[in-house]
Amino acid sequence: MPNKKVTIIQSSAVPLRVDNVDTDQIIPARFLKATTREGFGENLFRDWRYDKQNSIVESFPLNSPKYSGKILVAGKNFGCGSSREHAAWAVKDYGFEAVVSSMFADIFKSNALNNGLLPVQVSEAFLERLFTAIESDPSTQIAIDLPNQTISLGDEKESFAIGAYKKECLMNGYDDVDYLVSMKDKIEAYEQSKK
Amino acid sequence: MGKTLFDKIWDAHVVHSTGDGADILYIDRHYIHEVTSPQAFDGLRSRGIGVFRPLKTVATADHNVPTINQHLPIKEEQSRKQIAQLVQNCKEFGLDLYGLGHQYQGIVHIIGPELGVTQPGGTYVCGDSHTATHGAFGSIAFGIGTSEVEMVLASQSLPQVKPRQMRITVNGQLKKGVTAKDLILYTIGKLTAKGGTGYFVEYAGEAFRSLSMEGRMTVCNMSIEMGARGGLIAPDETTIAYVKGRAFAPKGDDWDKTVAYWRTLYSDTDATFDAEFTFDAADIEPMLTYGTNPGMGIGISESIPSEKDFTDESDKATLKKALAYMQLSEGELLLGKPVSYVFIGSCTNGRIEDFRMAAEIVKGRKVASGVTAWFVPGSKQVEKQCEAEGLTQIFAEAGIALRQPGCSACLAMNEDKIPEGELCISTSNRNFEGRQGPGARTILAGPYAAAAAAVTGVITDPRTFL
Repeated sequence: MPNKKVTIIQSSAVPLRVDNVDTDQIIPARFLKATTREGFGENLFRDWRYDKQNSIVESFPLNSPKYSGKILVAGKNFGCGSSREHAAWAVKDYGFEAVVSSMFADIFKSNALNNGLLPVQVSEAFLERLFTAIESDPSTQIAIDLPNQTISLGDEKESFAIGAYKKECLMNGYDDVDYLVSMKDKIEAYEQSKK
Repeated sequence: MGKTLFDKIWDAHVVHSTGDGADILYIDRHYIHEVTSPQAFDGLRSRGIGVFRPLKTVATADHNVPTINQHLPIKEEQSRKQIAQLVQNCKEFGLDLYGLGHQYQGIVHIIGPELGVTQPGGTYVCGDSHTATHGAFGSIAFGIGTSEVEMVLASQSLPQVKPRQMRITVNGQLKKGVTAKDLILYTIGKLTAKGGTGYFVEYAGEAFRSLSMEGRMTVCNMSIEMGARGGLIAPDETTIAYVKGRAFAPKGDDWDKTVAYWRTLYSDTDATFDAEFTFDAADIEPMLTYGTNPGMGIGISESIPSEKDFTDESDKATLKKALAYMQLSEGELLLGKPVSYVFIGSCTNGRIEDFRMAAEIVKGRKVASGVTAWFVPGSKQVEKQCEAEGLTQIFAEAGIALRQPGCSACLAMNEDKIPEGELCISTSNRNFEGRQGPGARTILAGPYAAAAAAVTGVITDPRTFL
């Protein structure tokens, strides 16, 4: 389905200083039984946000009153494991518009892009500076500029990569299904050529 | 310049190049299941379009299904609804469904190969990261998200950027008692859980070539656990012999023509890879994981690493967090640790060969007291084979009732959950926190090691039984 257009995201951020965050942590399997895309945000990081007695874990960054914002800053290899798109839906549904990390798992990255959630891959050094800045001052503002493909922290700025096609989809809220359906003649010609 | 096996298959499936690096890739076969498809069908409905090539989709119910009393209605309401939705969607859109009660039902990555639907040289996708399994046949197979499931249903195609390519060569023969699972756990341990990110892997060398098709599927299945989108092994006589005669395999003249094409599927000697790794099979012993990602593995006789073994601060933090969750200590041996649950099954190790291995060890022995052993075949056909070969009887004599097919305790979407805090030795693919149930602790291993723990009640080197 068409997504909201993404251009510039300026916000404070929530730091999640953990590497190899897998999709089972982002949204545990027991919450995958829904047949719609809505409502996954309330179970985002369920088993890290709540303890075994279902009480809030105060120290977990998403629960901390210090941190808020539309940007999640996470350790490297974010979104590894399952292909469940529910993970991207949960991050988006919770209210994040972008995830920043030094490395994303491939399937999570494409799932995010397909849902108007911007994955911003930065260098390890820049990621570390982001963590340090946010942890010392949670009101730190981060600016992500999709048209210019940059992420800024104060005067520091880094460029990030994104495929031209995906960038256009995000900026215009386009969706791949319409594009693929419009390619029907080419797809049929391909099928004929293989007979 | 020569082409890799991956290049040959990719190039043969490009419908159109968009010009900015992405190709529209034709998909030969789309496997679907109940968990990642409902929202995709809703998308088609709201657009008012149908499935473009219904005959190229194969559906099954696996993630949510119970593994006992499958003839009864599913107790858990949401699971029952999700499966009912799949049945309804398949009916509405005219798709073949091997659902509960069907002779072909089973885990999606087990049934595709055993039916001969998965073949060399093809492109296969499914809304499940372990779609990589099908690469064992020398095909391009990878997991996709639900938006992409909708794309494939709508157009039988996907826009894809060609990944980088890696070759992993393991020379020499695996030692006795060392399985395909140990081979891949060793490889992931060397590359880490993120070492393959951005790559598609070709597995080469004698250790992989000597594996049966079942073993090759175990290896390719876990490609995703090092971050790779998929892994593949060039087809050879072993592959051809496996596919021959299966329900959906080509027949007659078509077979000969198809096999002639399959024989052209290999990486040219002058093909280049973006990354290469080489290991020696002689260095591999039965493997176990001690941590909370599949890259955290050690040989069965080794002790758990210590912080001092790592230089990177983030690796030290990962180790500390993982050991706290696993209730294990630095430098500790896993051998001799009591386990309370044993799970043999999943798309990694739920094939007939895995149950044959388990039976070798279980035969004439009893499950240790205090151990709950869940043996879950990957499909109805594997269940039937276990019965026909007398394995079901061997398990029964040991005190293990073979269960009914499904994903089961691999991801615990059904009732098969490992209780909080309990230690489970599992032949599945992931040891993530809570993967087998909230608070469950998972040690990944091959079927020999899992079966040895079932009969001794503690982590045991299975080679003492072989």
